[in-house]
Amino acid sequence: MTAAPDHTPTMERLTLAQQIEPWIPALLVPALIVLGFIAIPAQSSWLTLTVSGLAMGMMIFIMASGLTVVFGLMDVINFGHGAFVSVGAFVGVTVLLLLPQLTGAPSLLANLLALVLAIAGAVVATALMGWGFERVIVMPVYGAHLKQILVTMGGLIIAEQLILVIWGPDEIFLTRPETLKGAVTFMGAAIEKYRLVAVAFGLVLFAAMIWVLRSTRIGLIVRAGVENGEMVEALGYRLRVVFVLVFVAGSALAGLGGVMWALYQEVVTAHMGQEILILVFIVVIIGGLGSVEGCFIGALLVGLLQNYVAFLEPKLALVSNIGLMMIILLWRPQGMMPVVKAK
Amino acid sequence: MLYRALSGDFPRSVVLSVVLLAILVGLAFAPFLFPGTRSLETAARICIFIALVASYDLMLGYGGIVSFAHTVFFGIGAYGVALATANLGRGFDALLIGSLTGAVVAAVLALLVALFSLRVRAIFFAMITLAVASAVAVLVSQLSSITGGEDGLNLLIPRELTPAVKFAEERFLGVRLNGKLLNYYLVFFGSLALFLVLLRVVNSPFGRVLQAIRENDFRAEAIGYRVVIYRTVATCIAAVVASLAGSLFAIWLRYVGPDTTLSLEIMIDILLMVVIGGMGTMYGAVIGATLFVIAQNYLQNLMGAASEMTAAVPLLPHLLNPDRWLLWLGVLFVLSVYFFPTGVVGRLRGRA
Amino acid sequence: MPEPILRLAGVHTNIQRYHILQGVDLEVPRGGVTMLLGRNGVGKTTTLRTIVGLWRAHRGNLTYDGADITRLPTPAIARAGIGFVPEDMGIFADLTVEENMRLAAVSGDIDTARLDWLFTIFPPLKTFWSGAAGNLSGGQKQMLSIARAMVEERRLYLIDEPTKGLAPAIVATLLRALRDLKDQGASILLVEQNFAVARALGDTCAVMDDGRIIWAGAMADLAADAGLQERLIGLSMEAA
Repeated sequence: MTAAPDHTPTMERLTLAQQIEPWIPALLVPALIVLGFIAIPAQSSWLTLTVSGLAMGMMIFIMASGLTVVFGLMDVINFGHGAFVSVGAFVGVTVLLLLPQLTGAPSLLANLLALVLAIAGAVVATALMGWGFERVIVMPVYGAHLKQILVTMGGLIIAEQLILVIWGPDEIFLTRPETLKGAVTFMGAAIEKYRLVAVAFGLVLFAAMIWVLRSTRIGLIVRAGVENGEMVEALGYRLRVVFVLVFVAGSALAGLGGVMWALYQEVVTAHMGQEILILVFIVVIIGGLGSVEGCFIGALLVGLLQNYVAFLEPKLALVSNIGLMMIILLWRPQGMMPVVKAK
Repeated sequence: MLYRALSGDFPRSVVLSVVLLAILVGLAFAPFLFPGTRSLETAARICIFIALVASYDLMLGYGGIVSFAHTVFFGIGAYGVALATANLGRGFDALLIGSLTGAVVAAVLALLVALFSLRVRAIFFAMITLAVASAVAVLVSQLSSITGGEDGLNLLIPRELTPAVKFAEERFLGVRLNGKLLNYYLVFFGSLALFLVLLRVVNSPFGRVLQAIRENDFRAEAIGYRVVIYRTVATCIAAVVASLAGSLFAIWLRYVGPDTTLSLEIMIDILLMVVIGGMGTMYGAVIGATLFVIAQNYLQNLMGAASEMTAAVPLLPHLLNPDRWLLWLGVLFVLSVYFFPTGVVGRLRGRA
Repeated sequence: MPEPILRLAGVHTNIQRYHILQGVDLEVPRGGVTMLLGRNGVGKTTTLRTIVGLWRAHRGNLTYDGADITRLPTPAIARAGIGFVPEDMGIFADLTVEENMRLAAVSGDIDTARLDWLFTIFPPLKTFWSGAAGNLSGGQKQMLSIARAMVEERRLYLIDEPTKGLAPAIVATLLRALRDLKDQGASILLVEQNFAVARALGDTCAVMDDGRIIWAGAMADLAADAGLQERLIGLSMEAA
């Protein structure tokens, strides 16, 4: 018997095209920015739009990330995810409105304290809500997609109505904390301070998420569970517990995103979650369900495209994102970076 | 005769039969039984939503397809008629041309949507249609030069369908015999015809294959049915019926706007009606639409009274605030999905 | 005779509307290799999946080490000391070989001495330690799948068709590994289509047909009786 061919190293040598291929989605972001540069006549407008597109993308990413991991782990899609965004925004705004002396003071420290308290309130509220939502709305319909879509949609209706019961039917306006107001001028372009903060915060969160997923044991279990939940269970891990944790974390992230979105728009309505849910879905679909990296890239693409198109032809902003989704699905029917499912 | 009209699909429950008969009689003689503008508006709305919800049931209940884009087809029919009257002027020919054009456009769009996305998983389909539907709603409200934008369009319908034309001087059973009455019967018989056509569809061999696919699409495919083709055809039929219902709605209201036809709220209303009434039963559409529209119009009065009565209790008056009626229907909806997925109709049949 | 490590008594399992297992009675003795043989589609894989709780037995009892595990959830069954190598190997393709192994070490870190031993049995795992498991060849994936089950000591290994589609040299490697495992006193329940492997490894043997065990006894008895082989599994050789 000759030496087994399989025992010699067989990891195939990849051609250049194959090596680039996984990076194509990531390259789409700079490509879109360059396209925007060509299409938009004034350089300063382009810079402003790019920053606000990135800021918007970061916020959508924060709201969408939980949804995509939850789907990857348990094949659960939560149409009620938008409710966490709304509730987070309302709780955060309520906290901010309760602290006028902190938000109104021209001191960065006082403003930051107010923001931290608002975010903490929103995160705690939506985490608890996520835990309840999982138990009452999602758990009874595991594995039944049709019921899942219907029931979670019902959860969204109920949550939205409860917001109206608690906070009343009118929209609530707010102003950003003192030191986050205004803009800085850079290369002739006025860039709102808050958008820069949002971009930085989004990047930090993305990095933290990737770190948790790549370098911690729970992250390892989550990544493995997204790929093959049964095998993770057969190795001895209770996937259900992991799933509830991820669901709660995802809900809290949506709530956090809601606060950021509220500060971005400077107004909150009970409907806001429902409206954002559309963008979140587009992002999750084009990113590839289950993929955090895909979700991040998808969110940046959607945020940038939305801002560029809104500047060039305001009526087509949302439609352009639908177009983006269609093109990407024709290119990769499972989204840009689909998670390889074992089954 | 009755057997043929119902395609052999009887209600199969005494209580259900009685309720359905009561609804049929109530709607057929609504102008005489419930005089007043408001009740006639309610009755017409019920008729149209029965047809619309039944067409959605063909997809959801029989085909197992969750689409959030059904309002798009409804809107196409409504805007089709509106645009036809705007361009062709007042006349029955404009109504007919508008309705038919709307139906054809709806069918073609349904075909495209189905071919593009029915191959993907149910969840993808639901998410994609939700995104597309909201994009259409936004687009329609922004293209104001064509669609009238947020304000919508007013329709010029033939005078024979408006209260301006009186067919007789005296009243009949206390009701004025005017164009509005004729318009109501156009809506009533139009909706009835659409409903009976759908009943025929689901009881045809095609409908049975569709249900087999819903039960087990792998097996249906293995037996040799082309699952995608069946689902595509179901989507197209549902789209055409929804579009025609939209045309009736526009003719009745003499108005069309994004809020009355395209909004996510209408889509959620349809979803609530079909689930509470009973998915996959067709008759559920009748029960669901009737219950829902009546609740929409009259539950609020009841809640207003209850809210005043409980004014002393904290929070409760807010929960019972007439504007919060959707909250309670939402709760009922969730409970329906859990505990009686076949809805009111399934409940009544189970007991019989 | 000592208490068997695993006993199935009258186990029925339904998958959706299909009644797959129709009363399986099976004993896996302590120590040694028990072969589970039979044609394709008679319920061997379902039997293993029912033991680890990935399918639920709707009738009958499963006893592991004297305790009833019929209603236990899968993670609890795994933690009781059962290692499972599924038919599709269950490799996490997006994870590295190292991460696959670390995940399997449920109690925490991998024991270095044990890892060195595994490297001597399966050298490619050392070579590709930091590479994505998805890039391994079929045989290397099978090695990883078995090594993963062995990374911590288990008392019972359930292994589903490890040699399927592999080159003879790799089959030989796997055979050596399983024999090592057996020599350490582990109990193994092995589903196999390859009769040569079964004959080389098996101590006891059970043959399935139509969702039931139709014959059980010593592997040597089956190996010696060509007529019995023909009757029980002759078909399987053709089918495979």
